[in-house]
This record gives sequence, C-alpha cells and structure tokens, in this order.
Amino acid sequence: MAQITIDTANHIAGYAAKAARVKVVAAYPITPQTTVVEKIADFVERGSMDAEYIRVESEHSAMVACIGAAAAGVRTFTATSAHGLALMHEALHWASGSRLPIVMAVVNRAMGAPWSIWPDLSDSLSQRDTGWIQFYCADNQEVFDTIIQAYKLCENERIFLPAMVCLEGFILSHTYAPVKISDQEKIDDFLPPYKSGWILDVNRPYSHASLVSPEWYMEFRYMIQEAMENAKGLICEIDKEYGKRFGFEYGGLVEKYRCEDADLILLTMGTMASDAKIAVDRLRKEGLKVGSARVRVFRPFPVAELRELSEQAQMFATIDRHISFGLEGFLATEAKASFSSQKDPPLVAGFVAGLGGRDVTSETIEKIAKRSLKWMRSGRVEKETEWVDLRE
Amino acid sequence: MSVNPRSRKEMPLTPLSSPTVGSMGKTGSWRTFRPTVDNSRCTKCTLCWIYCPDGAITRQEDDSPKIDYDYCKGCGVCANECPVKAIEMEREEE
Repeated sequence: MAQITIDTANHIAGYAAKAARVKVVAAYPITPQTTVVEKIADFVERGSMDAEYIRVESEHSAMVACIGAAAAGVRTFTATSAHGLALMHEALHWASGSRLPIVMAVVNRAMGAPWSIWPDLSDSLSQRDTGWIQFYCADNQEVFDTIIQAYKLCENERIFLPAMVCLEGFILSHTYAPVKISDQEKIDDFLPPYKSGWILDVNRPYSHASLVSPEWYMEFRYMIQEAMENAKGLICEIDKEYGKRFGFEYGGLVEKYRCEDADLILLTMGTMASDAKIAVDRLRKEGLKVGSARVRVFRPFPVAELRELSEQAQMFATIDRHISFGLEGFLATEAKASFSSQKDPPLVAGFVAGLGGRDVTSETIEKIAKRSLKWMRSGRVEKETEWVDLRE
Repeated sequence: MSVNPRSRKEMPLTPLSSPTVGSMGKTGSWRTFRPTVDNSRCTKCTLCWIYCPDGAITRQEDDSPKIDYDYCKGCGVCANECPVKAIEMEREEE
C-alpha cells in the first residue's frame, strides 16, 4: 500500500533518494539543504537504505565524489544550496561533459553578499550553462516525483546527462505537507537499476573525458545539445507514464492553468505558480482572461510550448525570482528569445520579485497581472523590467 | 584515441582512451640527468618503484629496481626518495 507521509520537502527528497535505491551519497551541509542529507544519514545509519555515505570536506568534493561513483557505474545523489552550488561550478561541467546521470537536489537560496539564507533562484540559474537538466518544483509531492523521474530520464541512453531538482528554501524545504510515497516494488518497476554506458574497471583500464583537440571538441558539445533536445520529448513521456502509474502528472515541461482562452499568461517558476493560480481564479471572477504557465524545466528550455501558448495569448508577464544584473530575470530573457523569430510576437513584460525570500503573495501577482493587462490594452509595455514591491 | 571515428555517429559520448605504452613516443629522450642504481647499496625497499611518477621503474624478482631508460625522464624523484642514497643522478652526455 502506498503510504501518506507528512514531512518537509527536504526530508521528502531524502525519501526519494532512498526509493530510487541510490548507492552513493556524497554529503556536505549547508542551509537550507542540510536536512536532506541528514535524513539520508538517518536511513543509512538505521540500515533501511543500502548506500555508501561519503562525508566530504566541501561541495566541490561532493560533486567530484559523485562523478567518480557514477563513472564506476552506480546511482549517485547529492544536495546543496547557494554558495555550495557555486563552489561546485567547475565540477558541474565535468559531470555533464563526462555524460554522468547524477541527480542533485538544489534547495534554492539567495546568493550573498549581503548574506541571506532565504530563497531565490539566483544560485541554480547561475548554473544555467553547465549542461545540467534543471527541474523546478512547486510542492513537496513534486519533489519526490521529480527525483524519481529525473533518474529515469538521465539514465536513458539518449540522454546520459546530470539533473538538478530545484526546490525553494523554506517555502518548500522546511514546510510540512502530505506526500504520497508509492510502494517500493512499483517504484522499482518504473525505475530499474542503473545500467551505465561505460564503467571504470581496473581490469579494462581507460580514462574518460580526456583531452581532445579542436578537431573533436565541437562534436562532443553538439552531442550534449542533442541530448538536451531529446530530453524535451522524453521528459513529457516520462511525466505521462509516471502519471499513469502513480497518479501525479505535471504537464511535462510546462504546467498550464486556465491558459486555453487567456489573453495574458503569467509565466513563473517554482512555488510562485501556486499563488499565480489563486490570482488567476480571482481575476477570472472579474471577467479578466488570465492564465498561468509554470516553467517546470528551465534546461532544456520549453521554446515550442511557449510558442504554442502565444498563438492564443497576446501578452506574457514573466515573474522572476532572479536578476541577471545589467539586464533582467532569465525567464524574461528566455521568453523573449523564444518568441523573437515569430511573425507577430506577443508582448512580454518582465517583473522581478521575491528576491532573498521576500513574500510573493497572490495579491502581489494580481497587481502584476492588472498592470500587464493595462499595458496589453494600450499595446505598449511601459517598463521593460519592473521590480515589484521595491522601497522608494 | 587509437582509432579515430569516421563520423560523429561513430563517436562515443565522451572521449575514451585506453592506456598504451609510449603513446607520446620515447620520452626518455627528454632526460638531462640519468639515474643509476648502485646494487651493492640497494636494500630492495621498493620506495623508488612506488614513487616513480612515470612507472618507468619495474620491480624485479628479487625486488631490486630496473629503470626503463626509454621512458625515464630523469626527474630524480627516485634518487631523492632512496633512504640509502643508492641512486645517483648523472648528467647525460651531449
């Protein structure tokens, strides 16, 4: 029988690693991630999880330990946040370039300075170009389901790439909610043991990801790009299959809510989408045709899905819990880029909100929607990037 | 890589290379100083064999070292590690 567990998203991430029968976990603590690896330590210590638990001296070492273990042919897991992820940066490239299907929970936390432990997406979005697949979750159940799905995806021979499963610190990480944990045998059936494409073996020695001349390098990069393109279709297939088996489905790359006849679509990532749905319902009661679309997968970026939405919608309001200094939030940039080659691109207004854990409520989102609708009617976005609830 | 693929389709996902002897040619020609072993002093402790960064020292049946001068670059690590100073570094002749 499936079991309903009431727990924090961090503990749930631990449950997911256990359910995925992860064999090597490299752990280094950092707020707000720490309770993920604490939960796993508890499982391993009690003997309910058969995994090698490596206590490393830094996040860089954590990633490198996972790289070594994955190259030796086992399923690996780690988790980190903010500055820990930044310290891993160099090793992240090694993981994707070596085509190793490592799955990592990233508990989103704002980058210092100034020091902050509260959430925004600046840590994981800074790792946009490392060749990692990036999922962003909206609730505790999705954290569990996405970790299982991520292994299924990454270990597919058409993919062989690592993935980050991102969840916002505190909003999810330390918040209790009921989660359905399916029977182990059903999970095993969905996620069979990892079969590596190549295994480090002392009896058949070779080195991998070794030096290549300019004659060969570009092709290896292209193959990563190809795998990212393959992932778009496969993420949707896996999501559907998972839905059929376990009852939870997330719309593949983009979770849409009341978008069918929407003039304005609120484009968000992570937990903000839940508040956006509440805002949409209220706006709909006033007769305003507004929908919500949550970008669940940021890499690969769902260009085709956004273009499809733009056939109906006249305008998109992107709400970024992120700022790329000197330009705007990444979601705004990527949305504009997705539409730029279309004949009649929709209007895009970029909003920056919720940095460093500032609350973004459904009321805030309603305000954003109403301002956007005004611009939509006049046909002109008056402010390219609006910082929401900023002190005068 | 010893076999070059003819097209992208034949390429592995990440470069794989198997170890071979002397893939860079006979690197012993880079040597300026040549290690020589005085077998009368050698205690067969095998430290030189352990420390040689190039694997250019083999351990013979009686545990005494044998230096492969085709690949020894003359770094002198063995001479430095030898606890009884049984290895001497001598300048190669022009």
